[in-house]
Amino acid sequence: MFSPNTSSWFISKVIWWRAAASIAWSVLLLLPTTAVFITLSKFSFLHPIQTISECLSLLMSASSVFSFILLSGVVIMVGFLILEYFTVIPTIACSKIALLGQLLHPRQVISSLAHCLMGMVVGWCCAVTVGQRYETLGYPGKSSDGQPQMYLNEYHLVFLLAGAFVGFSHSLLGVIHNMNYVCFQTVQQYKYLHFKGSLPLVLKCSTIQAFYSVRNFIIVYFFLGYIPKTWICKTLNLHLDSSVHPLDSISGLVDLSLLYHLWINASFLLFTWYITLLLFRIFVTEVYSFPVQSTFTDDSHLCLPKVLADKQPMISKFLALQDLSLLSKHSPLRRSEVFSLSQPGGHPHNWNTVSKECLALLADLTQRLVAYHETVATNGRAKSLSSGSERKSSSETSVTSGTEDLMSPRPTFLMRTPASVFTRSVAGGPHSPLTAPFTPDLDSPFASPVLRRLTAQVDQCSPWHGSVQSPHIMRRVPKLWSTSTESQVSSSSPPSPASVPSPKQEPAKPSFLGQFLQNRKEQVKMFMAKRVLIMYLFNKLPEASSQALFADSQAHIWALEALSYLVQASFTEDQFGVVQTTLPSILSSMLHLQEAVDRHFKLPHASSKPLRSTNSMEEFTYKTLRFALRATLKTAIYRITTTFGNHLNAVQMSAEHRKRLQQFLEFKE
Amino acid sequence: MCSLALFPPPLPAGQSTLCESNNELLSGANSSDDRQDSSLLSLYFPRESLKLHSRTESSSKAAFLDHSETLWMRSAAAWRDGGFTGLLNEITTSHAEVPKWLSVTSGCILALLRWVSSFHGSLYPHVTLSSEDLIAEFSQVLNWPDCVVRAFAWHPHADKFAVALLDDSIKIYNPQSAISPTLKHRLQRNVAAVQWKPLCASGLAVACQNCLLVWNVDPCSLSTRPSSGCAQVLSHPGHSPVTSIAWSPSGSLLVSASPLDTAMMVWDVAVESCVPLQRVGGGGVTFLSWSPAGSHILASTPSALFRVWETRMWTCERWPCVKGRCQSGCWSPDGSRLLFAVQGEMVIYALTFSGSPGVPTSMAKGPQTAVVVADLSETTFNSPDGDIIVGGEIQSLSWDPRGERLAVLLKGDPQAANRPAIIAVFKTRANPIFELLPCGFVQGEPGAEPRLMQFHPHFQHGALLTVCWSSGKITHIPFYFLSSGVSHVGLSGSPPKLQPQERPADFANQSLFTELLS
Repeated sequence: MFSPNTSSWFISKVIWWRAAASIAWSVLLLLPTTAVFITLSKFSFLHPIQTISECLSLLMSASSVFSFILLSGVVIMVGFLILEYFTVIPTIACSKIALLGQLLHPRQVISSLAHCLMGMVVGWCCAVTVGQRYETLGYPGKSSDGQPQMYLNEYHLVFLLAGAFVGFSHSLLGVIHNMNYVCFQTVQQYKYLHFKGSLPLVLKCSTIQAFYSVRNFIIVYFFLGYIPKTWICKTLNLHLDSSVHPLDSISGLVDLSLLYHLWINASFLLFTWYITLLLFRIFVTEVYSFPVQSTFTDDSHLCLPKVLADKQPMISKFLALQDLSLLSKHSPLRRSEVFSLSQPGGHPHNWNTVSKECLALLADLTQRLVAYHETVATNGRAKSLSSGSERKSSSETSVTSGTEDLMSPRPTFLMRTPASVFTRSVAGGPHSPLTAPFTPDLDSPFASPVLRRLTAQVDQCSPWHGSVQSPHIMRRVPKLWSTSTESQVSSSSPPSPASVPSPKQEPAKPSFLGQFLQNRKEQVKMFMAKRVLIMYLFNKLPEASSQALFADSQAHIWALEALSYLVQASFTEDQFGVVQTTLPSILSSMLHLQEAVDRHFKLPHASSKPLRSTNSMEEFTYKTLRFALRATLKTAIYRITTTFGNHLNAVQMSAEHRKRLQQFLEFKE
Repeated sequence: MCSLALFPPPLPAGQSTLCESNNELLSGANSSDDRQDSSLLSLYFPRESLKLHSRTESSSKAAFLDHSETLWMRSAAAWRDGGFTGLLNEITTSHAEVPKWLSVTSGCILALLRWVSSFHGSLYPHVTLSSEDLIAEFSQVLNWPDCVVRAFAWHPHADKFAVALLDDSIKIYNPQSAISPTLKHRLQRNVAAVQWKPLCASGLAVACQNCLLVWNVDPCSLSTRPSSGCAQVLSHPGHSPVTSIAWSPSGSLLVSASPLDTAMMVWDVAVESCVPLQRVGGGGVTFLSWSPAGSHILASTPSALFRVWETRMWTCERWPCVKGRCQSGCWSPDGSRLLFAVQGEMVIYALTFSGSPGVPTSMAKGPQTAVVVADLSETTFNSPDGDIIVGGEIQSLSWDPRGERLAVLLKGDPQAANRPAIIAVFKTRANPIFELLPCGFVQGEPGAEPRLMQFHPHFQHGALLTVCWSSGKITHIPFYFLSSGVSHVGLSGSPPKLQPQERPADFANQSLFTELLS
């Protein structure tokens, strides 16, 4: 059925079924939701009994059955879109322009259009269900000269457009708030209890979001409403009834009943979609128990060590890590399987694979942090230097930002992170582009002569021929240059080409045309940098690079937990001493990571406390993962040190690490 | 079955308990001020030394309120201070300035609200109490409002402790360092409980009146007054006052409880997010205790009901009590046995949980009923100074981390002179069968009654009970014994006079409770 070497067995066997179950549940839940919606939309205080009987008869009618089928189709479609677009590693846009790039990505545009269309379908269903004046698009009437004519029912049109607008804005907000990111719960609960606990939140979010969406829609319709109206009239050959107030006017829009119905519709739409999303998240992140080892070799690809070692798909790797961390905490039976030896040969294959995979994850994060720190540290130094002159030179406020987005960190897993749309092409150089603005490009043979000439003549032009893209850096050219020359003089490095242009570099001088183009380019950039909009787009979002760095840290958190709990359990449960062989490397990689994380949190722009999360459907977890990682790391090291105590002195490790470990042993960290 | 009758009689006046050695409690006269090895840590906080708030905010409000403000200003202020009811109250009382229909309407709504809340209050009487009264009612500390030391916590790994005082400050003492940092925060008011984060050197959670604070006190810092920036503020609407907190033994999660909130909050402190675990019934959560093995949590409610949560999938078992609410409880070190006391009853109950931590509760069959293990009904001891009556209701229970000593703080009667609050200590053993034997009473100086007690989490030579007295003193009473369990490994240097514990023959028939192996 499934070939054993494909890694997609997990998707087809587990994720699909989970998604199907979640969609089925959301379709089932649609029935009570629709009933409540109908009751709310038809409710009148004066005739409560009549309302109920009306609602009951409406629920039985054929038209409502048809719209219910349509709505189910919409929910199924939404479910499929969620399944298609979900991710366990959030994509974090480091600047506004990157966010724009995400929004305009063809994949995303398709999703937005689909949501728009489905919103319109929901709007139609609502209009039909509410009935009364909203029911049809056209109604017959008599024209002034007595001929029968079809008139446009603007209320119906408003319903359709509102549905489309809410659907579209839902999809846009989904991108901005990373709604397709599926986060894993720290507190495991049964699905029903989890759902029950989140239901009030979903209700609150959908009503509030519906309120804002309707407000925005009314504003848009007030200004641009005439376009769809005339278009519909033209294509369907309908006429505007001049005796009725047009709705894109103030008097037409101040209609409480219309506003209420619009709001109820939007809430209904968002509620059903949020429920689908919530159910999907709950079902997909449910713990999946992988077998640690199997008796048959055919099933070996289903086992935990094998799944852990697979790079793709991410969801199975994450679920495997979650299962590993849970088994290391809770089940002695499965732990003993991890510590067991292979039957012929007596090798601890399970433990080796598991520990190797976890250590690789930790090493990867450490490396990433160190690389980030190196690039930022040079930047930070230059920043402090230039800040002095900055105060003198007035007018610039947002200077220190923006340089980092040249090198927005990307987790290795994540291939699609749009760092910054324009930086991509250039960031591939061997030396970090970040250092470029602050130290003259010594590698480039022709940089300095040009540089000197340019600084002499047009002090506005940038010296570094396109190695920097972010235009607002250009604004501080003069200051930066002065500081860097100062530093050069003070350091007085002998081969400094700026002070002594060697003659053999002369032939490499670019042609006049090239220089001219270069100057033009810089001038264009300077011009752009002065525009507020460009500045706004390219400005770096605060903390985004830090968030992006830790975007997949949930995996590291589980790896740390799993390793520390397994090591703790090995103190009493590991009969063959398989853990002892890897204990030094576990400790050293944890201490390395601890060092890197400590340094990262000491960076000036890394805030030390998490932001308070507001209650909404968007997942805030990814913004705080780095704090969770820091706490988990410390706890993991303490877990090992408190378990082993002074026995750790017998473990081989470097003197520096021993010192650090001693602090942990004395509870001084 | 009167357990206290088998106890050795209380000490005569002028004597206080010093330690347990050679299987008996030693006492000394009060004049001799030399304590045992822990004299460094014995502290004294005289009441006069603390700067107290002379007046609470609510009482001074009426005196300073400017009545010349406009109605709008007053309404806004009332909305801010008292919420919706405050606003209605303001509108109703200033009927001269508002239209008649408005004041009448708001008066009607107010009356309706009061009627509903009185109905709610008749179901759950505690909701009518003020925050301070709530904390006093549900705190583990005896007579909390009057206590100089309001909360106390030993660090689970290092030799240091935190003391919360009456003036809303927290002091941290460490015998190895001369610096004792004082923690103060704007929101740190009416501290009901403090607890150190396990597997961490610096985290200290504080249950305050309106929020939870988690301090991060760097142990290497030389500062005596850490800034309030070191504290994380955790709050959730409707979740106040916080009367009890519990860290998970693995150090990752923190649960908090409020008597006015039916949801128990599970905090992920590092990211400051919480998951409310809501269950209907009970009217709130008052006391939490996480089992040392980490698999269960005891959560008692203000009504005659408590819950035992299982921490893997966070489901709970309901345990209705007959008489009153569960006042206190403690877990055996392996997390398999829960002892608890019920308000209005003078007995200690036990529940046994057989399941290993990994097995879900549906598989592991929990206990069916609780068993009475000790009867602490009032007993009269004759002494030369007159009769002393000991026994009665239980304020709090504490079990030492090895599971060999159980301390029970008895409420006594503050009005009657001969019925003092007292700590009764039992010897317990879990293997091979659960047994409870009398050990003795712990008494302090004359006039000082015990308010709060806690066992040291890793005392090498046995158990160390720290008691906070009403006089503001904190003393430590060591119980020297050799553990009967297997963990002789940690006992490297035992005191010279210590001898292996041999149970005297007469104790065999004095055993208070023995589990029957059926």
